[in-house]
Amino acid sequence: MQFKSIFYKKKKYASIPTEKAKQEIPEGLVEKCGSCGKIYYEKEWSQQLKVCPNCGTHHRLTAYERIKALIDEDSFTEWDPSMETTDPLKFPEYQEKLKKDQAKTGLKDAVVTGKGTINGYETAIVVMDPFFRMASMGAVVGEKIARALENARVEQLPMIIFTASGGARMQEGMISLMQMAKTSIAVDRFNRSGGCLINVFTHPTTGGVTASFASIGDYHFAEPKALIGFAGRRIIEQTIREKLPDDFQTAEFQLKHGQVDKVVHRHELKALLTTVLDLHQPKGRDEL
Amino acid sequence: MKQVLSFEKPIIELKEKIHELKNMAEENNLTLDDEINTMEQRLKRLEQEIYDHLSIWDRIQVARHPERPTSLDYIEKLFTNFIELHGDRLYRDDPAIITGIAKYKEVPVTVVAQQRGKNTKENLHRNFASPHPEGYRKAIRQMKLAEKFNRPIICFIDTKGAHPGKGAEERGQGEAIARNLMEMAHLTVPIIAVVIGEGGSGGALGIGLADHVHMLENAMYSVISPEGAASILWKDATKAEEAAKSLKITAKDLKALGIIDEIIPEVKGGAHRDFDMQVAYVDTYIEKSFNYLTTIDRQSLPNIRWEKYKKIGEITE
Ligand SMILES: [Zn+2]
Repeated sequence: MQFKSIFYKKKKYASIPTEKAKQEIPEGLVEKCGSCGKIYYEKEWSQQLKVCPNCGTHHRLTAYERIKALIDEDSFTEWDPSMETTDPLKFPEYQEKLKKDQAKTGLKDAVVTGKGTINGYETAIVVMDPFFRMASMGAVVGEKIARALENARVEQLPMIIFTASGGARMQEGMISLMQMAKTSIAVDRFNRSGGCLINVFTHPTTGGVTASFASIGDYHFAEPKALIGFAGRRIIEQTIREKLPDDFQTAEFQLKHGQVDKVVHRHELKALLTTVLDLHQPKGRDEL
Repeated sequence: MKQVLSFEKPIIELKEKIHELKNMAEENNLTLDDEINTMEQRLKRLEQEIYDHLSIWDRIQVARHPERPTSLDYIEKLFTNFIELHGDRLYRDDPAIITGIAKYKEVPVTVVAQQRGKNTKENLHRNFASPHPEGYRKAIRQMKLAEKFNRPIICFIDTKGAHPGKGAEERGQGEAIARNLMEMAHLTVPIIAVVIGEGGSGGALGIGLADHVHMLENAMYSVISPEGAASILWKDATKAEEAAKSLKITAKDLKALGIIDEIIPEVKGGAHRDFDMQVAYVDTYIEKSFNYLTTIDRQSLPNIRWEKYKKIGEITE
């Protein structure tokens, strides 16, 4: 496998700064694992794709970090980068929240769509960004995903969707709910034209996104420990009046219950996707 | 014991007074016709005033009224030869969703509906109309049969939402709803959906992707319950009324947003006050859609459906 380990051999722990060294490092140059507390140099942290070498926690990536980690350099063409919501319901405090997240992420909304190559294989790609309004789905997310699926259908490209979402975006009310219908119909059209849909569940994928395009891919991969589910844990516990097991709604839970094909370590993902794309090349099939 | 909604109180009080006055007149052999007449006129005006200006919260109370007609009430009146068909062929029968075949205006149709109970016992059996994955899977099984035998599909929506539970998650609640949306997208028979009470988020939409979506005047359809929204936004479920206003969940709001097709008027004070008249209203709207949609070439239905949903969502570029 030529692709394996392109991304970064494990470094020795010698690179972990000592308490003393940490104090001398200017802020912004180190990152702390939120799960185990280990501290890493920024460079190593990003080389590890934000997977903690100590405890294995897969920390969240931004949409562009994900694309950079996956798509061949200079091969990415972004679709609809300037699409924005109009705040159609004039929902209280929504504008302020949007502006804050736009400033924080540099995105107009919670998804980046486009096409590029992965180790030379052309593909369409959709990446939801959990740092923008928890990647909740409103009109922009729904529209961009539907358009991306249509583009992929017309250009006969496979589609890889990195899902992440807190669910439907409350501030756009029923318009958000209808994006579930819109994206699911777009998946249906893509499917029926023979398109290959690969969904990769990342932490967290919940609510309306789980009940639409995310759950109807041809292949479902998931990052370790990613939260994947329809209803929230708290509301379920309130409803059934019992405590849920710790692994409830994790990627591993969904694997066990048949909703996910394979749980994949982030460092193995590019190699896996490359292989899957290769297995869907026309070679060996009748072309045209 | 009839449940009295808060906005109905002045009407009921006035009615009681008129009743008292009539009794008094009778018992004491008095002529109080003028007084009674005046009060009856006042009652009329009061009813008009109140029912024409229902707040969102009043409407939500009407939509959740325990005596509000349920799907089965409509099914009984609107269809003939209804045969209920059970089970998803995978796990079990979900009583929160009713499916079956029947005739509507002499034409065979498939009926899919969320079913509330009218009392605690029924509600426990129906799980308060909150479906499990097997309910959605039963629904899509019937809808595919409808396509096979060229039967239009009529759906009644009335649920607080898909059931949030352990088994529901283990059996793929999200997948079940998603698959319904994807399959309903390409059915080559007309789909008509009517929101008769509460339309609770994805759980409602799971049988609600349709060529025509109509909503009763006092029904609600929301991405999240007003109580849920209030507790997320303001950590205070008592601000539900404020949340309800912001969420735009009434038939009028949703028609303006282009999310539903028609508002079905309700009898004054709510569907439960005169069911026969309410059925007639619902019938009119279903029939109109039915007559229109059955003239469309079957094969072009999926494309028309796509064009309809593609348009929903305001954006700027
Ligand atoms: Zn760690």
